[in-house]
Amino acid sequence: MPFLAELGQHFLPEVILAIGVLVLILIGAFRGERGFSLVDEMAVGILGLAIVAILLSSKQVDVAVFDGAFIDDAFSRFVKVLALVGAMVSILMSVDWLQRNGLEKFEFPVLVILSTLGMMLLISADNLIALYLGLELMSLALYVMAAFARDDGRSSEAGLKYFVLGALSSGMMLYGSSLLYGFSGTVSFDGIAQAVTEHPPLGVIFGLVFVLAGLAFKMSAAPFHMWTPDVYEGAPTPVTAFFASAAKMAAVAITARIVITAFPAITTQWRQIIVFLAIASTLLGSFAAIGQTNIKRLMAYSSIGHMGFALIGLAAGTEAGVKGVAVYLAIYLVMTLGSFAAILAMRVDGRNVENISDLSGLSRTNGLMAFFLAMLMFSLAGIPPLAGFFAKYYVLLAAVDAGLYPLAVVGVLASAVAAFYYLRVVKVMYFDEPAPDFDRSPLAIRAVLAASTVALLGFWLYPAPIMDAAGAAAKSLF
Amino acid sequence: MFGFGILTGLTFLPLVGAAFLLTQKGEDEATLRNIRWAAFLTTLATFALSVYVWMGFDPSSAAFQFVEEKAWFGAGLTYKMGVDGFSMPLVLLTTFIMPFAILASFESITKRVREYFVAFLVLETLMIGVFCALDLVLFYLFFEGGLIPMFLIIGIWGGKRRVYASFKFFLYTLVGSLLMLIAILAMYNQAHTTDITVLLKTDFPKDMQFWLWLAFFASFAVKMPMWPVHTWLPDAHVEAPTAGSVILAAILLKMGGYGFIRFSLPMFPDASVHFAPLVYAMSVIAIVYTSLVALVQEDIKKLIAYSSVAHMGYVTMGLFTMNAQGLQGAMFQMISHGFVSGALFLCVGVIYDRMHTREIAAYGGLVSRMPIYAFVFMLFTMANVGLPGTTGFVGEFLSLAGAFKANSWVALIATSGVIFSAAYALYLYRRVVFGVLEKPSLKDIMDLTPREIAIFVPLIALTIYYGVLPQQILSSTQASVDNLLQSHTALLDAVKIAAAGH
Repeated sequence: MPFLAELGQHFLPEVILAIGVLVLILIGAFRGERGFSLVDEMAVGILGLAIVAILLSSKQVDVAVFDGAFIDDAFSRFVKVLALVGAMVSILMSVDWLQRNGLEKFEFPVLVILSTLGMMLLISADNLIALYLGLELMSLALYVMAAFARDDGRSSEAGLKYFVLGALSSGMMLYGSSLLYGFSGTVSFDGIAQAVTEHPPLGVIFGLVFVLAGLAFKMSAAPFHMWTPDVYEGAPTPVTAFFASAAKMAAVAITARIVITAFPAITTQWRQIIVFLAIASTLLGSFAAIGQTNIKRLMAYSSIGHMGFALIGLAAGTEAGVKGVAVYLAIYLVMTLGSFAAILAMRVDGRNVENISDLSGLSRTNGLMAFFLAMLMFSLAGIPPLAGFFAKYYVLLAAVDAGLYPLAVVGVLASAVAAFYYLRVVKVMYFDEPAPDFDRSPLAIRAVLAASTVALLGFWLYPAPIMDAAGAAAKSLF
Repeated sequence: MFGFGILTGLTFLPLVGAAFLLTQKGEDEATLRNIRWAAFLTTLATFALSVYVWMGFDPSSAAFQFVEEKAWFGAGLTYKMGVDGFSMPLVLLTTFIMPFAILASFESITKRVREYFVAFLVLETLMIGVFCALDLVLFYLFFEGGLIPMFLIIGIWGGKRRVYASFKFFLYTLVGSLLMLIAILAMYNQAHTTDITVLLKTDFPKDMQFWLWLAFFASFAVKMPMWPVHTWLPDAHVEAPTAGSVILAAILLKMGGYGFIRFSLPMFPDASVHFAPLVYAMSVIAIVYTSLVALVQEDIKKLIAYSSVAHMGYVTMGLFTMNAQGLQGAMFQMISHGFVSGALFLCVGVIYDRMHTREIAAYGGLVSRMPIYAFVFMLFTMANVGLPGTTGFVGEFLSLAGAFKANSWVALIATSGVIFSAAYALYLYRRVVFGVLEKPSLKDIMDLTPREIAIFVPLIALTIYYGVLPQQILSSTQASVDNLLQSHTALLDAVKIAAAGH
């Protein structure tokens, strides 16, 4: 049974998720509303099992699965673990919020897992069809999740907005894919790499531009970022955490994979596109965030800026660059989950609040939380010795190594501007007079907040696991 | 210990104290006293340890000593520490000043006491780390990490415009440092290492040197601070609590000078020669212009802050003369300024604690109520002016002598700064201390307490001791200065020969 053996060896995490989600739907269908906590706990278990399956299998060489539709390599394993961690933590943080808002429906964990399954396929995709398949599975679940708070107008608006713009980007992406297929005669990335020479026909470049535009939309890289602030603000906060963490991992990973493995011959051409996206995103992310008063919108612009930074590493187009991107993703994931845990903890008299001014004087009413959030902000700003600095360090190193000095200079100047609004959050918490104290937040949220801060503060003590895994991941793409 | 050397112990000892402070819960008087004394004893122990390091330090060698190295992030960032004649005095200055900063905060800080002392101890670790790091990126980690505690110190415990001042401090320094980061990456790219000892021997191509020099200059000029990027300093000084101002003036500013002498001069010799006129120009403008600005200040702290900018002008001028007198003078001036400006800010703190104002106009005639204070303040005012017999004289004289050798016009203008500094310092002293004590609020002002006297006595002793016998400091930097000059001339000669060959 070679097919089943292949599944078991190289597709086990996906199989676990696919079977698990079907079981969860059945449980939910039979037990109805009462099944929520069981489904929720099982969903965390399934995601955890998938992580274990990846970690245990992580010694293998690159293997193509399903006639080359998917690939199981160190890069995909690295990013899959990140996406799974993001999904798992998002579910853990969501329980309390959903219950408080009367949304304890079993569909939520089911949708998270379905979307995560889409991400896994996307991360592993090795041809254009698999890419589209994974992308759509991921996105369709995300559209529904954005509108999950059905009675909330903002949430419905977010879902609709995301869907309409998402459909547009999918269309662009398909159009680009068809051009690529038409001019290269194949959908597989390896085949495209062989067919595309140093002086490709214009159709290939057009196709590449459209595909990258579609992917930039998913990454929320400027100028395809327009949906991000509204969707981040409107969607239920745990869903936003999931958007900002897991979904970004998958989108950046496939972007890196497609440009590196399918277009190695025309690096100079696609580099221009990535450089443009990176510059536009870092600048927009830092300048547009200055005026924000809602912390979810602030995080939206912050995530745009961070995606721009990750793309700085990719623009180098070298192994060091991809390693930088991988490190960046890992650290960005921790920072994002920690920040959203803090946002979920912002609750006064049972109601969630989202304004930065609600954090006023937090250092005196809840010193520990203020300290955690301050460290997260310093890390997001990239101040050493916090982990956020090392993330920036490695992408900048790769960019300078590739001679992209102007890009690196624009990046650091943008990060200096960004430091202003991260500092403002610290200022509100530490220098201002206290606002009403927050309610005591549930254990899961406090644990995520504490764990992520400790990870960021202590990264420099023992960086080897992340650095080695990222190094191996980068190596497998070349 | 644990395979680490004594410099690691020295650097991270304050962190141990900070960790202990964090375990002290409660707001009652006994706990607060424990916290204060624990912080003070930690800094004392750190100072004792640094003196122990100094005893084992061989001043006749220009090599890095107590070197320790550990693999860390792989190539591009290793853990390497060591000290030489340039860094050892600055490490000692740091550990020496810290106990006074802590002591000066015993009574003036009443809110969030625990966090305050934790921030200072963390800052001390980062400052010692800056001077001990022998890896460029490790240096950067410490250099920039120091922004976080200082930002909080100014922002939480500062005066009325503390938010503005803390943001300005943070963002100014950050922009400069980030450009330096790009330069560090480029250097790694060229030399494939960030080990400072190797980079000191690396020949960077001439046109690359210019860019690297400018990027490093952006960072150090802001930190120093040089005219025209000095404007963050008066704001930060005015708003910071007394101890914050002391640390800022006595130690943080020295990081800029240390950066020039550690990186810019030896690693980019061609660019340093090329840009020396620019540095001269900026230095003399700083000396003359900020002295004049100091003359019209109405806030005591702001006046001293501007005088700091002027005195740092002597340092940058001395450094870029590229001769023994200039370099020695600049090093000495940094140490001297550490004592003197630190002590001056402490003097301001004394009257600020009593009257809660820094307005010069609010004082006058203090000599009749506070004779001891008047004496202490006069001594440091004179040291600031550069009276022979104090450390201020040695530093200014040597750097001016170096400047005369290099460019007599620069020296001529800079010397006028000595006169201006006498003008603003004595004018300040006359307005605050002399005259008739007629303000009713000053009628009951008390003279120095034993704690305050204990703070000033060691500072006075060292200011006069090293003013009369500067040889001890000069000899500890001499080997490193000679070494720097030798390799510098060798490199420049090589360039000249190569140019002649073309």
